[in-house]
Amino acid sequence: MISLSEVTQLFVADGWLDALAHGALVTLQISAGAFVLGLSIGLVVALIKLRGPRWLVRLANLYTTLYRAVPELLLILLLYYAGTDLLNMLMAALGRPSITVNGFAAAVLVLGIVQGAYSAEILRGAILAIPHGQIEAARSFGIERWLLLRRMILPSMLPFALAGLSNLWLVLVKDSALISIVGYSELLSVGKQAAGSTKHYLVFYLAVAAFYFIITLLSNGAWRLLERRINRWLPQH
Amino acid sequence: MDFSWINSFAGELLHGLGITLKLLLLSGFFGFILAVLVALGRLSRNPLISAPLRAFTSVFRGTPLLVQIYILYYGVGSLFASYPPIRGSFLWPYLRDGFWYVALALILCVGAYVGEVLRGGLRAVPKGELEAARAYGMKRFMVLRRVWLPRALQLSRPTLVGECVLLLKATALASTVAVTDLLGAANLVRAQTLKVYEPLLAVALIYIVLAFVIEYGCSRLGKTPQRTA
Repeated sequence: MISLSEVTQLFVADGWLDALAHGALVTLQISAGAFVLGLSIGLVVALIKLRGPRWLVRLANLYTTLYRAVPELLLILLLYYAGTDLLNMLMAALGRPSITVNGFAAAVLVLGIVQGAYSAEILRGAILAIPHGQIEAARSFGIERWLLLRRMILPSMLPFALAGLSNLWLVLVKDSALISIVGYSELLSVGKQAAGSTKHYLVFYLAVAAFYFIITLLSNGAWRLLERRINRWLPQH
Repeated sequence: MDFSWINSFAGELLHGLGITLKLLLLSGFFGFILAVLVALGRLSRNPLISAPLRAFTSVFRGTPLLVQIYILYYGVGSLFASYPPIRGSFLWPYLRDGFWYVALALILCVGAYVGEVLRGGLRAVPKGELEAARAYGMKRFMVLRRVWLPRALQLSRPTLVGECVLLLKATALASTVAVTDLLGAANLVRAQTLKVYEPLLAVALIYIVLAFVIEYGCSRLGKTPQRTA
């Protein structure tokens, strides 16, 4: 086993704690970016599913079912390679030299596309949960479609979507660990490096787990605050 | 797109499918048993039972499965490797194989996630039904076996089906610790034929079929018509 002084040596003097903290920050950035992207994709897909033309609805259904049935790891591998390949093909077609894809952007894009499928279902359910009379009332005031969405549908679906979205955020933070497979240096990749170069596998993977756990606990608290704020005008049970 | 490699690698893919299914069934079965115990324990009034289980669920639900697998496989596994008595024992072939570490991680994870689902289901069973069962003179275990658990399963069925599909997807992480499950087989084909997409797409199709089989199978399974009073 490992002694306490060895642990402080590893984490403080050798600077692995800083490296892990930085990795955690990158994980948070990737997750936040992917969350925003996923929500945007999800909102568009949810609206298509609710009101779009039939062929688009079919396409949207295909997207949400397929992306929820295939393992995230496989999707990440597939999208990562396909994405870089397509981009380079495009560059070649334009007569430009091939480029290396920014790992951060790729990670955000890949996770965002996967998340979009889940958030579409959550948002669709939340929009359907709005009492229909409210939307009719807004319409009868002559409100325009875009304004209806912005002032009426989006705010009033939020309380219904919140539980699902907070869950999704936690799933996303955990899924972001899969990015380490394609080699962008987020939290788990840093942990892998640390474990590999010091040979203290158990210590460093436990430390990585602790970082993830702290992120989850903190975001649980943040979501609870947000929930309290958004639900403040809802009828109390 | 060129799928001509499929004939020469059909054996690998089939073997990978077998491993994936084995992981799914093994961790589904034992994980479910663990989940029932966790759910009952968390409902216990004794804080010595419920508090540790609460910690267990929140830790396992709060960290990525991949990290858990790494902790078990690389972390605990490397500890095993450093003890010569274990290296020499008959258990070593099992302890060296990533399969059992992944299976253990999945079982613990299912215990945590499904335990939480079942806890909700168990709490949602109307008290009157349990009281009625007690009034018939059923002992506590029989109430659990005949009324409480079946009703809880019925109530949480949609979520449980979802968890099954999630478990299927989670088994793909086995490929990260050199287990040649379905995704591992695809990676093998990729390495040997230098094709990037075709193996991944083929395997994705198999996962989709499996997910639909689970969803369809489960939706048929529980469709006994309910008498409503």
